[in-house]
Amino acid sequence: MKVELTVNGERVRLDVEPRRTLADALREDLGHTGTHLGCEHGVCGACTVLVDDEPVRGCLMFAVQADGASVTTVEGLAAADGTLHPLQEAFVAHHGLQCGFCTPGMLISALHLLRTHPAPSRETIRAEMSGNICRCTGYIGIVDAIQAAATAAAPTSRESGISSG
Amino acid sequence: MKPAPFEYLRPGSVDETVAALATGADGLEVKILAGGQSLVPLLALRMARPAVLVDINRVAELSGFARCPGSVGTGSVEVGALTRHSALAGQTEHPLLAEAARWIGHPAIRSRGTAAGSLAHADPAAELPVVAVACGAVATVIGPGGARRVPADELFLGPLMSALGEDELITSVSFPVPARWGFAEFARRHGDFALVSAAVAEVAGEVSIALGGVGGVPVRAVAGERALARGGSVDEVVAAVRAELSPTGDLHASADYRRALAGELVRRALEQAGLGGGG
Repeated sequence: MKVELTVNGERVRLDVEPRRTLADALREDLGHTGTHLGCEHGVCGACTVLVDDEPVRGCLMFAVQADGASVTTVEGLAAADGTLHPLQEAFVAHHGLQCGFCTPGMLISALHLLRTHPAPSRETIRAEMSGNICRCTGYIGIVDAIQAAATAAAPTSRESGISSG
Repeated sequence: MKPAPFEYLRPGSVDETVAALATGADGLEVKILAGGQSLVPLLALRMARPAVLVDINRVAELSGFARCPGSVGTGSVEVGALTRHSALAGQTEHPLLAEAARWIGHPAIRSRGTAAGSLAHADPAAELPVVAVACGAVATVIGPGGARRVPADELFLGPLMSALGEDELITSVSFPVPARWGFAEFARRHGDFALVSAAVAEVAGEVSIALGGVGGVPVRAVAGERALARGGSVDEVVAAVRAELSPTGDLHASADYRRALAGELVRRALEQAGLGGGG
């Protein structure tokens, strides 16, 4: 079945079997292997992508259902010149990953979290990120990273950061 | 972990959906694909292997959320079949539905999962069936023979079994808005299915207590409701609820534990609702 969608701002055409999940289409047909597949049945959150700005399990949606939609994957976070997204910088700075397998889903969920909750408490971060499982970090570094990215993005703290050098 | 092949149909209207479901008349298994948050895992695990999937996500008539007039405690909201859990959680017209929807899964589940999908799936541990029974919700169901209305307490027949025919779909659900309400649940991890959930709703002067996770379908705690109607204290209502339930134990929780949990969650829901005299 022929579908057309936008992935990280680029229009793409696909001819896929209906049973092809969005996550498999991104990885296998489009080469965007940043989206990881862990459990393949909607538990682990590694395959989380944004579909029309909403977080979605890439393994629980078929590519044919994304016909006409706009999809954001982890590849869409960094700038074209390779400059990391502030969330990615924060994950690096705060040890938000060890093996990195869950990280693409963590980053996408965190991106949505910060868009909907610009100044989240640690409790809110834990609740909103509960659909993403990490087996390495114990989550402390991930929560730290998201909180740091939120603080960095807040206009007032940025100004105070500039004034304090 | 990949679904088996299926034929994919994407109707654009309710009429086309009913026609698509009728392809099951010659023995093919046909399933509706709404949010897919329960169905697609079953497909991936090959626990379900339908020949045809009817994707209703582009049927505009099934979207929408409308407040139907009436004062609080007598009015209702008409919830379109495709209303996502995230939309339910974000609305303010029906606070009990909003509260219950926040307990469903995770953000990436709530963005896709649908109200009618949850009811049609009839998972006895799910939140919305419990709320539907507590509020006395009524589903509008359409099939080849036309539309019919199915009250929530007739919709659930057993675990994952509903009164819907294979050729029928829910188009919308009318949820009366309770004057007072409470909702409580316990799960081992945030976003997991509840071990037990409890909803209390006062609609048109009558208080209903419904529980999930203590039977194959949402269970009304009628003895607890009677104790409450007699003016019983929260303790008396909780004792009545514990005495009347007969949950089965499984590897997640023993029967005794579920019974104890049910009592405690009813207590919390009653307190949230401001119902039950004394202490």
